[in-house]
Amino acid sequence: MKIFNKRNIIITIALIATYILGKVLIDTGIIDSYLQLNIILIGINIILAVSLNLITGFTGQFTLGHAAFMAIGAYTSAIITAKFNLPFIVAILGAGLMASIAGVLIGIPTLRLKGDYLAIATLGFGEIIRILALNIDYIGGAIGFNDIPQYTNWTWIFVMVVFTVILINNFIHSYHGRACISIKENEIAAEAMGVNTTHYKVLAFAIGAFFAGIAGSLYANYFYFIKPDSFGFMKSVDILVIVVFGGMGSIPGSIVGAIALTVISTFLQSIGDLRMVIYAVILFLIMVYKPTGLMGKTELKFLKKKEVKHNVSAKG
Amino acid sequence: MEQIIQQLINGVSLGSIYALIALGYTMVYGIINLINFAHGDIYMMGAFVGYAITTFLGLGFIPSLIISMVACSILGMVIEKIAYKPLRNSSRISLLITAISVSLFLQYIMVYFVGPETRTFPNVLESNRITFFDGSVILDTKNIYILVITVILMCTLQYVVRRTKIGKAMRAVALDKEAAELMGINVNKVISYTFAIGSALAGAAGVLVGIYYNTIDPLMGSGPGLKAFVAAVLGGIGLIPGAVFGGFFLGLVETIVSAYGGSVYKDAVAFAILIIILLVKPAGLLGKNVKEKV
Repeated sequence: MKIFNKRNIIITIALIATYILGKVLIDTGIIDSYLQLNIILIGINIILAVSLNLITGFTGQFTLGHAAFMAIGAYTSAIITAKFNLPFIVAILGAGLMASIAGVLIGIPTLRLKGDYLAIATLGFGEIIRILALNIDYIGGAIGFNDIPQYTNWTWIFVMVVFTVILINNFIHSYHGRACISIKENEIAAEAMGVNTTHYKVLAFAIGAFFAGIAGSLYANYFYFIKPDSFGFMKSVDILVIVVFGGMGSIPGSIVGAIALTVISTFLQSIGDLRMVIYAVILFLIMVYKPTGLMGKTELKFLKKKEVKHNVSAKG
Repeated sequence: MEQIIQQLINGVSLGSIYALIALGYTMVYGIINLINFAHGDIYMMGAFVGYAITTFLGLGFIPSLIISMVACSILGMVIEKIAYKPLRNSSRISLLITAISVSLFLQYIMVYFVGPETRTFPNVLESNRITFFDGSVILDTKNIYILVITVILMCTLQYVVRRTKIGKAMRAVALDKEAAELMGINVNKVISYTFAIGSALAGAAGVLVGIYYNTIDPLMGSGPGLKAFVAAVLGGIGLIPGAVFGGFFLGLVETIVSAYGGSVYKDAVAFAILIIILLVKPAGLLGKNVKEKV
């Protein structure tokens, strides 16, 4: 496969153009700080949703503790930048790595569990991380971690979102990604066909956690301030809702879902207490009328290789 | 020694409340395989109904308990009809997200109408302190009331499930929905009844919590709700004795952990025990492992 084919060049040019456009609009002040905040939030949510989609949508492992990986990333990044004054790139990588290690550690024992039980175990894991963060004074405890330098900007968000989407997209269309998808379709059959299911489940968990950690790092270094309650059960639910809203097993779905739900919750912010009620009703209506999500199983067509149609009979 | 007895008393009271909520979780899970996240909020609604009746109507403890149970069972049936029934054939995950949305809806509709502040539950039971060991162990009559009511409700439930026709139908539906339908059981009706009974127990738990802690607020459901769910899983979800056992077990563990200085970690300990038990015995302490069919 050539790296410099027409498709890749067009995508690269489009991405660079988008980046420059965004940069110019922000520098000239056309995009004000409020709009910029929302763009950053959308970016963080895209990374979170795409990474959770790898675990839940593609590998079929139902987890309710994704916010815990984000929390680990956020706190790691805060410590690296605020306490050790190291550059942001070290913090991002450190955050991803720590979250990934946590992902492997929690993944190896719990991934033997199936369906709802895995969801409950990861929920418990998420709560444990939150309670630990509440009680460790070094990272601020319940008061929260203050004075984190603000490094996250348009450039970092853009680069990280593109990096996440391309990497996870390529992973899914690789040999390993297909193994992950086969686990979702039928775990027993996959195992019978020689797929090492534990290996791929842990791999998906580790990669998903890595990017959730990066999202946490971007979050911590944008808002100066993090507190354990931002990464509770509800945050995990929020991410899961984005994934289901956009469509399980669809990367463009996750991107659209992240944009749509961030915009919806921003608009709802102005109506106060009724906000969550309307959010709940919207959620409910989507589940009743469009349970497959906005994009169903749509894939990034333009990012996908044109395949020779030798796998037609795979379903029949 | 005295401290251990005191903790046992507190643990049993807390545990019986968890057990009551856990029963609702386990019944709903047993019958439609749904982790009903809204269950904790039904319990919150029960506490508020009890509060309204005792404060504004001035009724006593027993009438408020009964009215709150009835109100909650109607609420549970309505929720099932509106929110879960249209999704009965869709995927587990969308059913779960619907449950979460119902939970959010109940929480914030209450915040909207009654405000987010904590309220003081009226003292409907005069508390007589009975002391043992020269006053080092205090047994409040509240604790006795809570335990007695829990035991009565559990025995009634056990009777309903084991001895009555509707209980038999419930067990049949939980075992195999299609086969039960073929045998002439009205599955929709059975599911409705299950929600009604489970929610009534949650309503009773709400009133008991109001009496035990004296405070209620619209977001009180999520914490004990999750905890009760942990209790249901600990004992083996889908099993009624499992939920009771899990509830008491969790209540005791929690009070013992708090008593020995780990009160900030008591939730973490509960979840850690949950994870360990899931790893060792995924079907819960009282559950049997089911081999997966290919």
